[in-house]
Amino acid sequence: MSEKKVKRREFIFTATYAVGAVGVGATVWPLIDQMNPDASVKALASTEVDISSVEKGQSITVLWRGKPVFIRRRTEEEITKAREVNIDELKHPEKDEDRAKNPEWLVMLGVCTHLGCVPLGDKGEYGGWFCPCHGSHYDTSGRIRKGPAPTNMEVPKYEFVNNNTIKIG
Amino acid sequence: MSDHEYIPSSKFGKWFNDRLPLLTLGKHLTDYPTPKNLNYWWTFGGILTFCLITQIVTGLILAMHYVAHADLAFGSVEHIMRNVNYGWLIRYVHANGASMFFLAVYIHIFRSLYYGSYKSPREIIWILGMIIYILMMAAAFMGYVLPWGQMSFWGATVITNLFSAIPLVGESIVTWLWGGYSVDNPTLTRFFSLHYLIPFLILGLVVLHIWALHVPGNNNPIGIDLKKPSKDTVPFHPYIVIKDLFALLIFLIVFAFFVFYSPNILGHADNYIEANPMVTPAHIVPEWYLLPFYAILRSVPDKLLGVIAMFGALFILVILPWLDTSKTRSAIFRPLYKQFYWFLVADVLILGYVGAMPAEGIYLLVARVATAYYFAHFLIILPLLSRKEKVLDVPLSITEPVLGGSVSMSAVKQREDKL
Repeated sequence: MSEKKVKRREFIFTATYAVGAVGVGATVWPLIDQMNPDASVKALASTEVDISSVEKGQSITVLWRGKPVFIRRRTEEEITKAREVNIDELKHPEKDEDRAKNPEWLVMLGVCTHLGCVPLGDKGEYGGWFCPCHGSHYDTSGRIRKGPAPTNMEVPKYEFVNNNTIKIG
Repeated sequence: MSDHEYIPSSKFGKWFNDRLPLLTLGKHLTDYPTPKNLNYWWTFGGILTFCLITQIVTGLILAMHYVAHADLAFGSVEHIMRNVNYGWLIRYVHANGASMFFLAVYIHIFRSLYYGSYKSPREIIWILGMIIYILMMAAAFMGYVLPWGQMSFWGATVITNLFSAIPLVGESIVTWLWGGYSVDNPTLTRFFSLHYLIPFLILGLVVLHIWALHVPGNNNPIGIDLKKPSKDTVPFHPYIVIKDLFALLIFLIVFAFFVFYSPNILGHADNYIEANPMVTPAHIVPEWYLLPFYAILRSVPDKLLGVIAMFGALFILVILPWLDTSKTRSAIFRPLYKQFYWFLVADVLILGYVGAMPAEGIYLLVARVATAYYFAHFLIILPLLSRKEKVLDVPLSITEPVLGGSVSMSAVKQREDKL
């Protein structure tokens, strides 16, 4: 009889803790989630860029979601260089064919994957980009070749709306 | 807290003190027995309290004129500098005050390392101090973001990106910290809020730090346990109060030199250019007081391991009381530790220097050697010394070598145990 009563009491305690924990969790979540991107930030999710005036060998940088996006119209030489590389030698193996669907146009986030600086164009040992902050070298496909960055520069979701316009996001 | 009963002389005082024993606390603080051989390295506790109060008062005033918005922040800081009455003075005191705060805290920490103040029974004081130090770095970093200059923006980008090194959840954490997909207005406003909060957290921890100090009492240059009160101690007031005030005066001369003669020497010219997310400054350097940790971060070629090494360099200090287990506290009686202590000081200064230089060539090599030595000091040298070092005889009391003065029983017991 007494043993049964203790078990009943334990059950009540456990149930109380469980309900309490759920309640605390549900109360704290809004306090934490308020720091995530708000509706106005998310609303700026896509941007359209006019690329008609970009010549071969030129790049433009546009702002998308507060981050720079590099749009480069590559020369034949740059494309060959990017496609000749032996994939197995790369730190983050990705084919140039997958990064630039239209080989002439390379679109990627201009953000170093190390700690988020903006790499400088036409610099570095691989003829692509060089990050001045901690010395990461990227090739003409924006792939990491040397330095502390762990991955290639990210290719965002984008599409050609027509021959002169790219929609990023 | 107090081991003697204090009875106020006035009737009102007694009535009040029975209800809230503030007068007992006051009496405890003035009578607090202090080792009489404390040298000037012990005055930095008082100096640090002064620095904290200065930062809170000047910060409170700056917040009355500053606007935390990405479009207005940079302009509002210039408004403070040019239009607000004495705004230039208050901002320069606040900005240089941060540097002075760190200068004092580094001296305070290295004092503790030299005289073994982190050892039993003062481990909690040490850990509280380390938490304060980490909060100070967080406050300083967020404060540096508020003027919204180029260094503010890119410093914030680099430091918040450290968290992206965490496997799986790293990117989500960074987005959460930013409140967007890059450092932007939401980041600025939350940093302002937290920058305002942290000093008060520090203030609370300082109270605990001092409370924990008043349980065993001050360590002292020869690092022995004292009988208190005795011939070896003096009351805190007026002896230590006057000494602390004199040291503060000297410190203020240095402080004033920076504020009035070279207020921008510790900053970066790039921060007088408004934040621009499209252009990274050619050479990103954190404030001088973070440089040794920055050097450690950059010396490791892997992103995640670099971040782990940097935070590890801090965490290793927290567990120091259990790495150095030598019973002798003061370096005065530890001939080998004394040498390694100075090697560590040199090592940290070297790390600070290479942290300010570009991470390439000889600087990178030096940074790697110095990083390895930093960890070796705590993980290899200190545990070995704790076991192998032959320490010198410690006096039984402060006055004993001269007068054969009052003797602490625990010191006698320690010596007997050794024999």
